[in-house]
Amino acid sequence: MLKRAFKTWFLWELLVGLSLTGRYLFRKKITVEYPEEKTPLSPRFRGLHALRRYESGEERCIACKLCEVVCPALAIIIESEEREDGSRRTTRYDIDFTKCIYCGLCQEACPVDAIVETQEFEYATETREALYYTKDMLLANGDRYEKQIAANLAADARYS
Amino acid sequence: MTGLDMAITAGIWTLEILAIAVTVALSVAYITYAERRVIGWIQVRKGCNRVGPAGLLQPLADGLKLVLKETIIPTAANKFLFIAAPVMSLTPALIAFAVVPFGETSLFGLWETPHVMAIAHLNVGLLYIMAISSLSIYGILMAGWASNSKYPFIGAIRSTCQMISYEISMGFGLVTVMMLAGSLNLADIVHAQAGGIAHWYMIPLFPMLLVYFISGCAETARTPFDLVETEELVSGYYTEYSGMWFATFSLAEYGAMILISLMTSILFLGGWYAPVPALDFIPGTFWLLAKTAFLIFVFIWFRATFPRYRYDQMMRLGWKVFLPWTLAWIAVVGIFIYTPGLDSIINFWMPWR
Repeated sequence: MLKRAFKTWFLWELLVGLSLTGRYLFRKKITVEYPEEKTPLSPRFRGLHALRRYESGEERCIACKLCEVVCPALAIIIESEEREDGSRRTTRYDIDFTKCIYCGLCQEACPVDAIVETQEFEYATETREALYYTKDMLLANGDRYEKQIAANLAADARYS
Repeated sequence: MTGLDMAITAGIWTLEILAIAVTVALSVAYITYAERRVIGWIQVRKGCNRVGPAGLLQPLADGLKLVLKETIIPTAANKFLFIAAPVMSLTPALIAFAVVPFGETSLFGLWETPHVMAIAHLNVGLLYIMAISSLSIYGILMAGWASNSKYPFIGAIRSTCQMISYEISMGFGLVTVMMLAGSLNLADIVHAQAGGIAHWYMIPLFPMLLVYFISGCAETARTPFDLVETEELVSGYYTEYSGMWFATFSLAEYGAMILISLMTSILFLGGWYAPVPALDFIPGTFWLLAKTAFLIFVFIWFRATFPRYRYDQMMRLGWKVFLPWTLAWIAVVGIFIYTPGLDSIINFWMPWR
């Protein structure tokens, strides 16, 4: 009773709260100042897509269209034809990044590890059109990030 | 008085007014900065540190942005009242500073007796402050009414209720100060607290200090009592305002916060006197501003700590807790003053008796 009156009249609970926030005032700050500092990314990070090639330079994609089928956002459009050497290849492989939800299902569906998601996430543009990636752009992504992609796939290989 | 004398007096007054108004406006700008930094730190963030060194130019950037923004006046609004409202709320916030004594100076020995630094040496300074700070409610009421929109209206009504309720307990709290100081002149009230921390009114009137400061939070609609501008009212009475008129309301709100902090320092924390008389060689203005700055920090600290009161809880606190408590303390102080034997104790804080 007396204790309760003491706590009420001396605003005890409020002081407890204030001392807690007062202690937090001097805590080490966890802010990451983004353009200069970046957080580490997981090898499984799902960013911008890329189409990979074999070491010979031959593109991996065999136009099985599994990714197009599995894509829940209908962001992938593939057209294919028989090439002169008789192999089946894509003539068109477009990803619309205004539709893509970065679920990674295309990457999982791909039997030849052709379509993958890189750790690249800084590709903001000023127009919607620039977010429509064609086959050439995706292949170029693959060439640019091949080292990173291979390393990430290797790091994740034992779990898949 | 010759024309020249009058011109000189008017010039000095203008300078004094400018010195205080500009300082208040700048302080408001940097209090918003301090608020963002301190709340950031308490939330384990860094706060704004991008614009200029340590983010110090942020308030200027914000001010520029607000000035350049378009002022939108809703078609349904009463245009005259809509524009008059921010002016009506800023004016009292600024003119209240006229009687605040910022310290005492003999101008490095130029004057024989130290002069009190205030624009107006009003004998009823305390009443003046109470009267003027109640006036700011008209601006808010006008804003809510002139917007002709439901949320500002509800916000204005809440604000009015809140201010009127807390004004009363605030006023009664000040009565106890008046009883001890024997004067309504703010400079005299500070003089009565001379002689170190034991003489400050926060010792005999500690509950009144709490009541006054917490009521001050309610009066300026700061966080535990900011239900005037809550999310469910989409920022209350100034929902419809934008650009510079919006900034004017913020200016008034933060100006009132500075005033409450200054008044608390003057009335309860010994004004411009140092906590130990030995430290009086440091200019009094420094002490006053240091105490004020600390109280403003406490305002911000409150905001980072306490969740918002519910409306009925706020009314309960004002009418059923603060009001009886202040009345009881008036009685206690009165009994101490008029009972022979007990008055020797209270005389310690009443040097003028």
